[in-house]
Amino acid sequence: MAVAIAIVRTRDLFAVTMLLSIYGLLSASFFVTLDAVDVAFTEAAVGAGISGLLMLVAISMTGRKEAKPKRKPFIALLVVSLTAGLLFYGISDTPDFALADAPIHNHVAPRYIQDSMAEIGIPNIVTSVLASYRAFDTFGEVVVIFTAGMGVIALLSASSENTQSKKAAENTLDQQHLVIRVVTKILFPFILLFALYVQFHGDFGPGGGFQAGVIFAAAVILYTMLFGLSKATKVFSQSLVQFVAAAGVLLYASVGIATLLLGGRFFDYNALAQTPVAGQHIGILVIELGVGCTVAAVMMIIFFSFHELAEQERQANKDKNRESL
Amino acid sequence: MIIAATLAIFAAMALALLRAVLGPSLYDRILAVNMFGTKTVLLIALLGFLMGRPEFLDIAIVYALINFISVIGVLRYSGSNAFQHEDKTQDSDSRGDKWIP
Amino acid sequence: MDTLINYVSGFCLCVGALICVSGAVGVNRFNDFYTRMHAASVTDTLGAVLILIGLMLISEQLIVIAKLMIILLLGLIVGPTTSHVLAKSALKNGLKPILSDKRSDDISKN
Repeated sequence: MAVAIAIVRTRDLFAVTMLLSIYGLLSASFFVTLDAVDVAFTEAAVGAGISGLLMLVAISMTGRKEAKPKRKPFIALLVVSLTAGLLFYGISDTPDFALADAPIHNHVAPRYIQDSMAEIGIPNIVTSVLASYRAFDTFGEVVVIFTAGMGVIALLSASSENTQSKKAAENTLDQQHLVIRVVTKILFPFILLFALYVQFHGDFGPGGGFQAGVIFAAAVILYTMLFGLSKATKVFSQSLVQFVAAAGVLLYASVGIATLLLGGRFFDYNALAQTPVAGQHIGILVIELGVGCTVAAVMMIIFFSFHELAEQERQANKDKNRESL
Repeated sequence: MIIAATLAIFAAMALALLRAVLGPSLYDRILAVNMFGTKTVLLIALLGFLMGRPEFLDIAIVYALINFISVIGVLRYSGSNAFQHEDKTQDSDSRGDKWIP
Repeated sequence: MDTLINYVSGFCLCVGALICVSGAVGVNRFNDFYTRMHAASVTDTLGAVLILIGLMLISEQLIVIAKLMIILLLGLIVGPTTSHVLAKSALKNGLKPILSDKRSDDISKN
């Protein structure tokens, strides 16, 4: 609560980003104490890491200080307090937290918990609910992530004309950053391998597509920060990343269409193979792959766009400083 | 014994937070946050053993990586001229264009 | 044999936790950034190694030992690198160390 208040009241945006990372970490530790391993995993990867990084890149372009508001927003405060009061009054009637006979725990949750192993056959119930029982919701999430990536491209697509001049500047600096570059080169394949492990181990432990995509993107972001955008785009070129993002969503949707064509309902994996359990396994594997591809590609798109703009701005500032001598 | 070690790590984290709040310069704060992160990794491993859930070790690995990448990111983008490219022109040194690691 | 392993593991955990706490106390009590950095990085790495070895000795499954080994190697690689990068960037950006005589200007020019 103290961290949340500090986030709202502080005007220095850099400190706000640090506080947001700490808030993400505290949320992850709450989930750990509540024994929710998958959620803690995702919160640690996304909230504490990637969000902070992306916001830092954005702040490096917009400046560190938030402008003071012109007048005190009393009406907004009144509306928010009224709504919060009504909400508190509304939820005061609900059952206590974590009671076993509350209605929400008796609706579909017992069926998921009891029948998941028999119907789907993977130990991790979170993955089975996310990928099979509620596959349509997860499809919506993947499409939302894809749309965010497309929005960033539409708004921030940087021009690629002045990439040649930057390459000359970046190549002369190997000696100065030697230690960190060598360590990054050593660590990079292992981080990618760990991302693959998390992707395919999601059936048995915490993991799955979302976390794996974020870890993959974090490795590429580390490489890009230290070696420059031109080297990173040699492997992960703009068109490849956009293609992978779209291909992930397409893969997910095509599993649904395939089940339709094979005689089942939309996203009914039982129709995919001879036995229902094998069909469920194939369906979950393919859609997790689609989710991982899209999440990794969209994170890379967002970071590359921000990074390119930040580099252009820094170059422009440096030229302006040199002009003014 | 694990409980004693967990409590000691909690105390170390609280002390690191104190330095993060106090530290006069930016680098003190970055150092304290980095230390807080590595203690968090140890804490997650210990809690995993306490609660009998070996899956927490995956979270510990992920958070160790995220901690590292965040510190590098902060140094690069905090405007303190870390990780930027040094200009090889004649008049860059004398104007306070700081060296950027 | 079992109790011997338990004792050794408990010893490692205790010593590791003590080193971590002493490092945190040192970070608060030193009056210069570079000495604080020294306290933080040395004690962090050593304490983490000891605690993880202590946990490895009392774990039953092989996969848990392997994951703890991965965390240990990651900590050994990442910890000193981070402190190197922090110290270098602080030095090159002009944060002067407190020295006994007036030589601080020469050092930050290198």
